[in-house]
Amino acid sequence: MPRTTVAEFTVESLGILAPDGEVDEELVPDLSEETLRGMYRTMRRARRLDERAIALQRRGELGTYAPGIGQEAAQVASATALADGDWVVPAFREQAALLTRGTPMHAILAYAMGLEEGAAVGPDDRTLPPSIPVGSQALHAVGIGWAYAMRNEDPVALAYFGDGATSTGDVMEAFNSAGAYGAQTVFLCQNNQYAISTPRSKQSRAETLAQKAIGAGIRGIQVDGNDALAVYEATREALDHARDGDPVLVEALTYRRSMHTTSDDPRKYRQEDEEVDWDRRDPILRLESYLRERGILTDDDVAALEAELETEVADAIERAKGMAADVDPADMFEHAYGEMPPWLERQLTAFSGAQGGAVDGE
Amino acid sequence: MANELRIVEAVQQALDEELARDDSVVLFGEDVGVTGGVFRATDGLVDAYPERVYDSTLGESGIVGVGIGLAAAGMTPVAEIQFQSFLYQGFAQLVQHAARLRSRSRGGFTCPMTIRTPYGGGIRALEHHSESFEAGFAHVPGLKVVVPSSPTETKGLLTASIRDPDPVVFMEPTRLYRAMREPVPEGDYTLPLGEATVVEAGEDVTVVAWGSMLRTTLSAVDGVDADVEVVNPRTIYPLDTETITESVKKTGRCVVVHEAPMTAGLGAEIVSRLTETAFYHLESPPERVTGYDVPFPMFAREEAYLPSEERVRAGVERALSE
Repeated sequence: MPRTTVAEFTVESLGILAPDGEVDEELVPDLSEETLRGMYRTMRRARRLDERAIALQRRGELGTYAPGIGQEAAQVASATALADGDWVVPAFREQAALLTRGTPMHAILAYAMGLEEGAAVGPDDRTLPPSIPVGSQALHAVGIGWAYAMRNEDPVALAYFGDGATSTGDVMEAFNSAGAYGAQTVFLCQNNQYAISTPRSKQSRAETLAQKAIGAGIRGIQVDGNDALAVYEATREALDHARDGDPVLVEALTYRRSMHTTSDDPRKYRQEDEEVDWDRRDPILRLESYLRERGILTDDDVAALEAELETEVADAIERAKGMAADVDPADMFEHAYGEMPPWLERQLTAFSGAQGGAVDGE
Repeated sequence: MANELRIVEAVQQALDEELARDDSVVLFGEDVGVTGGVFRATDGLVDAYPERVYDSTLGESGIVGVGIGLAAAGMTPVAEIQFQSFLYQGFAQLVQHAARLRSRSRGGFTCPMTIRTPYGGGIRALEHHSESFEAGFAHVPGLKVVVPSSPTETKGLLTASIRDPDPVVFMEPTRLYRAMREPVPEGDYTLPLGEATVVEAGEDVTVVAWGSMLRTTLSAVDGVDADVEVVNPRTIYPLDTETITESVKKTGRCVVVHEAPMTAGLGAEIVSRLTETAFYHLESPPERVTGYDVPFPMFAREEAYLPSEERVRAGVERALSE
């Protein structure tokens, strides 16, 4: 038997709006001015929320917070491509995606203040609470996408995770099982170059992370993650495939411009020239110049948005603080089980007595 | 109508009836489809419900994690883990997500998933196929843990577990799968989770045992010269403390039997609860007859590890001697 090549693979990369402003008109997605303005607005909202959240954390008013500064295009543009019935399965840095999906700002802040209320889910919500264990949530998106495939229904689950997550067994299991089950799932890997302090180069010897899809027999594509137009287009195509039972991994090349969380200091593990380089590729400025050039956005619009944002963030902070002030500690017993087991009920009674409060249900 | 069934057949009947009753029930796990499971517990179900019975990909974290997603999207997943020891690979998903989905989403999403898994030694299996980790699962708030010991309990408790709104680890005693037959109620039949049963009434000493150890215990106490009460919790969490307490208040003596290691095993929890609820009724120190604090040995030594009838009898006699 001779040696032969039994399979060959390529990985496609997509960019539409270059850092220098050049646009590939042929590839520009068909988006209304309203949608484009909406994406820009949500990216700005997310940036402002993150900036204020870091400041609040420094003042001790918030717990550990994971900002997504620099990743707004990867999140907002991908979430904008979703249909109403689709699901978002986030990691813990997805404020921008959550805002796109309608999660109110005060809920995000409440969660960061240590309140489960911030992850409360309404009857029609299709956003899972943030997943802290890295990569574990990719499997949940497979289960959701598989459920819809089984029921011959349209919705797709969009899972977010970072470059570090692609080293986990769960993410590799997710790619593989999504393919095997024909799950209606899109994996959106935000390759932001660092898993806390570990650079992408140490994360995997693979040339791209998109190619990790190939081993699972599913589609993989790389996209310029700071290019909102390209992220939107790549996600839209991926969602179309996923709706037909072909899961897709989209690797969005981006950069986490701030810290991993408010607990670490990126100066210890990053080079300044690298940071400056990525500053120049800021996703918000890039979309802004595109919109200004086309007359979709004016100086007045930007000024008005800035004022509006200050009010929105201030209101959200006040509302979250109000929730924190009203916290009922006995509430932690409420949602452990559908029906409270007797032993737990006794613990609640003891707890309520110890707190000097009324015993629940009496 | 009641057919004589073995435990493994009671599993199959419960699954069959729940698949028929509820379109949201979906069965998946390694080899559960065409082969009908390594113990044949799902035999024939893929033929009857080809759209809802699946041979899953191999990987226990994936099985549990995917089940969580199915549940969030409105399905009722019933997953099989071929052997309990391999649920360790899915333990992170169980602890970090399945058990917390309800509380993290404030009741917005729930995880009505049942994870069926054979457990326990005594079948001369290869390494890593014989552990009994019920105390570990019971230590995770948000999970329920159920261990049947007979065909009837299997049918009733498995049906109740599938209908339960929370994640249930359903541990089937491997060595009892084909050990006995008994008439099992056909059709809709459930046993409530969280309720113990007094298997044998007695006045002198209470023995608490579940799963395969219940059989060992019943044989062992047959030869004891005393009036022994045997209590089977059936559910490890929630644990029916009341029934155990009432029994011990009556007998004044207690022996807990389990095949899991002694340290931090469920016996520790039961004895601890009894010191809270029945301390002044105790006439002798509570006894534990358990596996040893060693890795479960390979099968040449497993009989030496597992509590035998002799060890149970000796434990009962120690409890009676003071």
